[in-house]
Amino acid sequence: MAVATKDVLRLATVGSVDDGKSTLIGRLLVDTRLVADDHLDAVAAASERRGVGELDLSFVTDGLRAEREQGITIDVAYRYATTATRKLVIADCPGHVQYTRNMATGSSTADLALVAVDVAAGLKEQTRRHLVIAALLGVRAFVVAVNKMDTVEWSRTAYERVVAEVGVLATVLGATSVVAVPVSALYGDNVVERSLRAPWYAGPTVLEALEASDAGAWERSCGSRLPIQWILRQPGGGRSYAGLVSGEALRVGDAVTLLPAGIETSIRAIHYGGRTLEEAAVGLAADVELDDATDAGRGDLIATAPLPRVTRELEATVCWFGDDPLDQRGRRLRLKHTSRTTPVRVRELEGRIDVGSLTLTRADALATNEIGLVRLTTAEPLVVDEYREDRVTGSFVLVDEVTHATVAAGMVGRPPFVTVGR
Amino acid sequence: MTTLAPPSTTAGLNHLDALESHALFILREVVAECERPVLLFSGGKDSAVLLHLAAKAFAPLGLPFPVLHVDTGHNFSEVLAFRDRAAVRAGARLIVARVQDSIDRGRVADPGDLASRNRLQSVTLLDAISEHGFDAAFGGARRDEDKARAKERVLSFRDEFGQWDPRRQRPELWRLYQGRVNPGEHVRAFPLSDWTELDVWQYVAREGVDLPSIYFAHERPVVARDGMWLAVGEFVRPRDDERVESRTVRFRTVGDATGTGAVLSNARTIDEVVAEVAAATVSERGATRGDDRFSETSMEDRKREGYF
Ligand SMILES: Nc1nc2c(ncn2[C@@H]2O[C@H](COP(=O)(O)OP(=O)(O)O)[C@@H](O)[C@H]2O)c(=O)[nH]1
Repeated sequence: MAVATKDVLRLATVGSVDDGKSTLIGRLLVDTRLVADDHLDAVAAASERRGVGELDLSFVTDGLRAEREQGITIDVAYRYATTATRKLVIADCPGHVQYTRNMATGSSTADLALVAVDVAAGLKEQTRRHLVIAALLGVRAFVVAVNKMDTVEWSRTAYERVVAEVGVLATVLGATSVVAVPVSALYGDNVVERSLRAPWYAGPTVLEALEASDAGAWERSCGSRLPIQWILRQPGGGRSYAGLVSGEALRVGDAVTLLPAGIETSIRAIHYGGRTLEEAAVGLAADVELDDATDAGRGDLIATAPLPRVTRELEATVCWFGDDPLDQRGRRLRLKHTSRTTPVRVRELEGRIDVGSLTLTRADALATNEIGLVRLTTAEPLVVDEYREDRVTGSFVLVDEVTHATVAAGMVGRPPFVTVGR
Repeated sequence: MTTLAPPSTTAGLNHLDALESHALFILREVVAECERPVLLFSGGKDSAVLLHLAAKAFAPLGLPFPVLHVDTGHNFSEVLAFRDRAAVRAGARLIVARVQDSIDRGRVADPGDLASRNRLQSVTLLDAISEHGFDAAFGGARRDEDKARAKERVLSFRDEFGQWDPRRQRPELWRLYQGRVNPGEHVRAFPLSDWTELDVWQYVAREGVDLPSIYFAHERPVVARDGMWLAVGEFVRPRDDERVESRTVRFRTVGDATGTGAVLSNARTIDEVVAEVAAATVSERGATRGDDRFSETSMEDRKREGYF
């Protein structure tokens, strides 16, 4: 085949308004020659019409009419880039008012956050909040573009001041990898092309940092998980259970437990799209046959040890997106966790998490875009891991029973870096 | 062993397996959550890949939903032939909703004989969705196609008027796709959201997906119009000042035959097409779709009205 296959790195962008995030992404796409000529022409024409001389690279990423008219970014946009070794899926998250919702959405599937910080302005409050939300959603690897280096004459001192600021926060948030790069997104230094203006800098460009990141490879301590999504009939008449493998790879012969029933059995065969496999890698939409003719269905989970918990009581961190506040009064909600959906009640609001001070404080309600710690009771048992152990079996959404709107993102457990305030 | 952090959702897979698995997951999830899904099938390469994935997701049984073609009446004959054989191969029931019927019933105004019916498709599509009571419609749209599409969810909510409101999209976290709607509303589901044009072609090559022959280089009479090469035939007649030439071309997209341009190309085999797409410097829609070039926001406007 003419083009080799590559692995996938999913990343979310973080940056306060005006720190140059859009320009950075535009630069990344233009310099890797991923923006088609006709799109570039359109950007040039739009730049001219709105009187912003030359090429405004931030127009490469702004999509909707309302956004261009008001000069703001409303929603997460997805961009795709291909490097020599990787396919990048970029969730471009807006830095504006509805930041929690959009940041949470973009971060929920991201392995890494790409952060733009204006070197002259330092780490702004909004960027701090974004980083905290990304970390809450499980992002542990960060590439920090210290931007607008041209405005400080490529001062190493200014750069290092920002790096130190980011470093302190990243440590608190439990980051496992932080790579900082001095860049000028506007002029293209150190984004894709290496700059000659910072001879003191020997590290990677932004693109090289993204290519080198092993954000996807984490050490963990729970087993393989296959939430049953759908039941397929095998040609011989047997049943196989389809789902997306998470946690660890699943192999033929593995001893597994079918939950919540607790039935012990083993994997007899693994199929994928009609082929038979010995092993199903994480992320594969495999279907498996079990050794005992058990009666499993959608919403059940096949797991290897260490096993997840079966429970109807959860302590969880929730990001609230509903238009009216979440309180303990009788709002009718449904919870969707893996392939299981069940009625749920919010039994207790333990408090609100202040993303500035990283403390948990008492609260009677959560307003739109606030994050809190809650205790939930579900009608049916769930099979869960802590979110920090497994992003698939540790996550859920809350859905309004009347409108069917998604009103909250939930993560099983407490974030490790939040302390209890007064 | 210590736990540092959650694992990637795609670790260990190459990008085509990751994309394919994600798509199979979306297809199964929507079928499990929704009452009456349908797959929108144009006969183009994206819907051909979508149909291939749907067949894989539910094999060895046939598709658990019908396939709907919104027929503008302005078709390439190769595409209609392909549509019929692909539906049969997938074991799918084919429903054809005709724009001409919408015109005849006065649901839309007739734009005239040789004018594009692309935009009219929205009405025909929405009428078919409500007539059959579909609550979910799979489409082959990709986010790399257009700036409005780049913002759209994998499961995209449509109100009772079939409209898309970009400011009120449902938050979509992890892979917890949530497809329930109230009567009269529906969702569009886009299993190819994260695929690029190149991914589609690499996948077609890997899987040997059957496509209409017009995707591969062939000789045909064309005229140069609006910076595109249009195929001369039943739906495009040369104007007085235009000269008909015979050129070696292929199509990068397949739409209403009055407005879909061909590109000059010698790529006759799948490998040659993959190589050509990998080196392309003009976007797929920019090169071939008259309707997307009118304004900066034409796709956004059409999507709001209920377009694919
Ligand atoms: N001098 C300088 N200006 C920059 C740089 N990057 C971005 N800008 C400018 O900063 C402003 C905000 O950039 P934009 O990308 O829209 O910021 P966003 O709000 O973070 O997306 C624009 O006027 C950019 O041209 C840079 O590296 N150097």
